[in-house]
Amino acid sequence: MKAPDFAYCRPASIDAVCALLAEHRDDARILAGGQSLMATLNLRLSAPALLVDINRIDALRGIHLAGDGNYLRIGALARHAEVARSPLVALHAPLITAAMRHVAHPAIRNRGTTCGSLALADPSAEMPACAIALDATLVLQSQSGTRGVPARDFFFGLYETARRDDELLIEVRVPCQPADQRVGFDELSRRHGDFAMVGVAVTARGTPDRMTDLRLVVFGTDTMPIDCRDAAALADRQAWSPALGEAIASAAAASLDPDTNMFGGPAVKRRQAAALIRRVLTATFTSREAWHG
Amino acid sequence: MDKRADIVVVVNGLARQLNVPVRRNLVDMLRHDLGLTGAHVGCEHGVCGACNVRVDGVVVRGCLMLAVQADGATVDTIEGLTATGEIAALQSAFVERNALQCGYCTPGMLMTGAELLSQQTCPSRAVIRDAISGNYCRCTGYQAIVDAIETTALARKDGIPS
Ligand SMILES: Cc1cc2nc3c(=O)[nH]c(=O)nc-3n(C[C@H](O)[C@H](O)[C@H](O)COP(=O)(O)OP(=O)(O)OC[C@H]3O[C@@H](n4cnc5c(N)ncnc54)[C@H](O)[C@@H]3O)c2cc1C
Ligand code: FES
Ligand code: FES
Repeated sequence: MKAPDFAYCRPASIDAVCALLAEHRDDARILAGGQSLMATLNLRLSAPALLVDINRIDALRGIHLAGDGNYLRIGALARHAEVARSPLVALHAPLITAAMRHVAHPAIRNRGTTCGSLALADPSAEMPACAIALDATLVLQSQSGTRGVPARDFFFGLYETARRDDELLIEVRVPCQPADQRVGFDELSRRHGDFAMVGVAVTARGTPDRMTDLRLVVFGTDTMPIDCRDAAALADRQAWSPALGEAIASAAAASLDPDTNMFGGPAVKRRQAAALIRRVLTATFTSREAWHG
Repeated sequence: MDKRADIVVVVNGLARQLNVPVRRNLVDMLRHDLGLTGAHVGCEHGVCGACNVRVDGVVVRGCLMLAVQADGATVDTIEGLTATGEIAALQSAFVERNALQCGYCTPGMLMTGAELLSQQTCPSRAVIRDAISGNYCRCTGYQAIVDAIETTALARKDGIPS
């Protein structure tokens, strides 16, 4: 099928985008990479009156170290491919680098944006889970000003976020990883590059003898990424052991509330999640590479 | 905010001036307005890769980009890559290794294969599989396509120009 009729504009500044959004609200859609939006238009799943193409706004480009070197700023026009090969991201947010190879296929990563993925909030997407695990902040701008929303408060439910109709997501700020942090990421999908049936993002500090600050985010099972805090708390100040991994995995899987979809029902998904969590935790805590701290 | 737009695009090295409906996607513009039918339309939602073309040097889905977005850009299609000889070795390898049958997926596969080979000198079979995982082929079973891309990489490594 072909896209329905719409009007198109390509403003040159963030202010111009905000003015258009204030005027057209939900009748307008931001066109970033188009890798989700164009597909929904071609399938006639959505029919906005106006597309606001942000691709010519230079202020939205790039990946920079900011805030006196405390965080990475990933602009709304940074493509997945750019983020995937960024040395800054590899150094300061290696979880994102690890997750990126699971995001779609090369041609889609060449155009799709990391912020677009966050704004869309697909429950099977990798970046929302990483943003939560890394305590990232999403920066939204409208005519009434700029505000930062922590990733953990940004996602509500199926494609639902804290973004208002008149707001543009201008960047995501990712705190630079502490020296003693390690990360783990993996997912199960039918074909590499497809959306996850279940995925797991992990960050942790400390040493294998004394773990602290375990963060465990599971995605693909529920309507939004699930931050499994209670299960992760079991690791606090504990030494890594397979038994502990098992306990965390079953507690985390039990806290999920999966829907039935074409990949199976809740019981299948909980089992897949538990198996994957065990696998990711084991890889994270027993990999040969030495702990930093 | 018009529903049509005037655009200038450099397609396969030639500047083209067009007036297109803003809802027209890039692959339809190439096929219908310019008669470049090498890039195919398969699924129109980004899954099959038959519409892959190169925009400003990187491979993108022609069905997920509007023609109006290519205003000011450089677009290369399989016709252009063939004419310059850039992918001649890869194309011969596809023929030699029987990596195409109906040929529907082939232009997109070649685009993807060429981009991979421009980024990595000698990708492993696993890496090749990974790279072409976004391109559907209904005929070959992929084995032969992996063979062809691998053959080209190995030949190039041995100093045979690609
Ligand atoms: C075949 C295929 C496979 C895919 N597989 C995966 C996968 O495995 N994992 C994954 O995560 N994604 C996957 N994707 C989606 C891809 O990553 C998209 O690029 C991404 O989800 C959306 O980013 P975009 O820049 O393309 O956004 P667009 O498609 O341009 O926009 C998506 C939505 O977000 C809104 N939006 C975008 N940017 C902003 C902004 N800055 N401010 C406010 N609103 C904004 C748009 O209005 C729209 O509603 C896949 C896509 C395809 C076609
Ligand atoms: S037609 Fe574009 S990916 Fe299938
Ligand atoms: S050769 Fe027929 S689809 Fe690939």
